[in-house]
Amino acid sequence: MEICRNGDVIKISDIDPFLAELLRQIPASAQPDDSLAARQRLFSLPADPNEKEICREWKIYVEPEMKRLFQTAVETVAEDLQQLNGKEKSVRNCTLKIPASHADAWLNGLNQARLAIAARCEFSDQELADHYRSPIGSRRDLSLFQVNFYGFLQEYILREINEPGGNPPN
Amino acid sequence: MTFSDVNASPGTIESPVANPDTHDKEELDLPWQVVVHNDPVNLMSYVTMVFQRVFGYPREKAERHMLEVHQNGRSILWSGMRERAEFYVQQLHGHLLLATLERVN
Repeated sequence: MEICRNGDVIKISDIDPFLAELLRQIPASAQPDDSLAARQRLFSLPADPNEKEICREWKIYVEPEMKRLFQTAVETVAEDLQQLNGKEKSVRNCTLKIPASHADAWLNGLNQARLAIAARCEFSDQELADHYRSPIGSRRDLSLFQVNFYGFLQEYILREINEPGGNPPN
Repeated sequence: MTFSDVNASPGTIESPVANPDTHDKEELDLPWQVVVHNDPVNLMSYVTMVFQRVFGYPREKAERHMLEVHQNGRSILWSGMRERAEFYVQQLHGHLLLATLERVN
């Protein structure tokens, strides 16, 4: 897999079918619905639970706004990922082009997915720091790989944000 | 106001009565702080970028706070009026950082 910036596009090319499937799973992974731990992490309290008034008002007025914000980011990611649709059974590598203007949405969507997976799996700090664990022998290993892979993509996108312009378009 | 009011001696002025609403307002005006807590999932580079964006901190200052979070488990990013502190916490939550609002002791 290769990542490069071509003008206003972040191009991820030579994506093998396994990594393409992990990319397709970003929107679903970001949904905390089936996990209380994931929901609590994505929508954490704004203050100590004893600050009842602050926490109550936050639930009523701010949390719905957060939900909308997170959902919008995931929808943008899902829209870009449509480029990979229809290639699920292909053994050929594929390419994904992310408009640079979608970088913030991708950072947010990837972060939602990473946090939700980590909360769902209750990964320890030690596991999360083990970036080179292999081979993938269980569903848990796969989830950890997913967290690390999404983190790698975040790092790349961040680098591109911090160094605006990138390479000139081909 | 009547003339007699203006000329009233200090002894005739009634003692002030505590107003609960005023008390609430004073509480709101006490300083609050925005605290960011450690999270093993969020990337260090991402946390730095968020601090720069939300608080407008230069990179060095943002990195200092990020390292403080990483090493000490928490860092006080800002302190001041409650309304502004709530705004910052909301911004930080929008970026999925673990942030809370605390009263300054």
